[in-house]
Amino acid sequence: MELFGLYNYWVFAIILMTGFYAVIAKGNLIKKLIGLSIFQSAVFLLYISMDKVDGGTAPIIQKGVIDQVYSNPLPQVLILTAIVVGISTTALGLAIVVRIKESYGTIEEHEIQELERNS
Amino acid sequence: MVILFAVFLLTLLVFTAVAIIRTTNLFVAVMLSGIFSLLMAANFFILDAADVALTEAAVGAGITTVLFLGALALTVEREQTVPDGRWVSISVVVLTTLVLIYATFDKPRLGDPDAPVHQHVAPWYLGQTPELIDIPNVVTAVLASFRGYDTLGEVFVVFTACIGVLFVLGARQENSQSLATPPISNTHGLRHHLIPRVVGRLLIPFIVLFGLYVQFHGEYGPGGGFQAGAIIATAMILSALLEGEAQALRAVPRSTLLGLIVVGPLLYGAVGLAGIILGGNFLDYSVLAQSSVSGQQLGILLIEAGVGMTVCGALLLIFHAFASREKL
Repeated sequence: MELFGLYNYWVFAIILMTGFYAVIAKGNLIKKLIGLSIFQSAVFLLYISMDKVDGGTAPIIQKGVIDQVYSNPLPQVLILTAIVVGISTTALGLAIVVRIKESYGTIEEHEIQELERNS
Repeated sequence: MVILFAVFLLTLLVFTAVAIIRTTNLFVAVMLSGIFSLLMAANFFILDAADVALTEAAVGAGITTVLFLGALALTVEREQTVPDGRWVSISVVVLTTLVLIYATFDKPRLGDPDAPVHQHVAPWYLGQTPELIDIPNVVTAVLASFRGYDTLGEVFVVFTACIGVLFVLGARQENSQSLATPPISNTHGLRHHLIPRVVGRLLIPFIVLFGLYVQFHGEYGPGGGFQAGAIIATAMILSALLEGEAQALRAVPRSTLLGLIVVGPLLYGAVGLAGIILGGNFLDYSVLAQSSVSGQQLGILLIEAGVGMTVCGALLLIFHAFASREKL
């Protein structure tokens, strides 16, 4: 299916920029973090799309099976660890957002900037 | 057929992402991002990445959603709309999307075996794993042995992020605990809901069992320390949601979890140092046992255990840091 050969990458571009839009255009800090994790997922999709080999299967080598094509294990390793690291850093971001709410009483960017300007 | 299904899932992914951005209700956005992660996991599975799909399903759809909900409970549930400057952002984003899509026309098609990614070290990993390490799952072999350095780094990042969360959120926790000393009543957690309680209690032991299976079967099938840690953490979080925070901390106290995140990276580092002491390089497992292959297998088993402990302890500590904080 030559027609869909680049579809994964187009979806990557659209999702990446959807997440980026939330980061730059939304004022709510939690929404920004959700956008950031969508951005991150898009990068995961890009890497995992590159690991696919036609007619391949997951890189788990069975004894006695010959002439089997396997997909590329390297992008999978990189992304597997990145997912767990991603949730840890997102949690750190959320913790800081919670503290901002406790200090400023709001998590809207423009309100925080106003409070900073007035103080 | 598979291609049509993949295209359908990817299109659904785009719709979900747009819906997450458009809604102003943060609760809806968080629930939709759980669905987004599940769709992403299905996509990873179609793209032959079974290990990654397992991780994304456990971490993305499970734990991320719970952490975001915990943060929402401490902050607000609705975002305010700021109309100014919106069109600038939209035009920047649309322009960049078009540039990125234009750039994809130079990329090799999906599944092209001649793509540059498949020419470099990947064939070496696939060819040498049965000889040097002799475990079926090449992903685990690369993760734990060939690129063990990277994984050690990632484990320390998880550890550091967890310490960061404890520093930021943990300040008042002793205080509130001594004040509250909560009596276990029927309104804690979801105890007063019959169906979640009964189904949850039935499921939790099996989720833990599956987590242990994923941990110790990671060399033979999809799995390993990262996935197992996340799955076991999910079971504990489920129990905390059902039985209440205090009861869950009574079952697995905070000190145990702190022990886990300390012992995990130390175990990993100790295996690396053992390699030096026995005459090899740092994180060279070949010298750990009589034959090089069984040394590799022993090393992988030990460091996967370290990874599992760190991930499980860190995720649970982060969850408790959010859950035990009271809203101001």
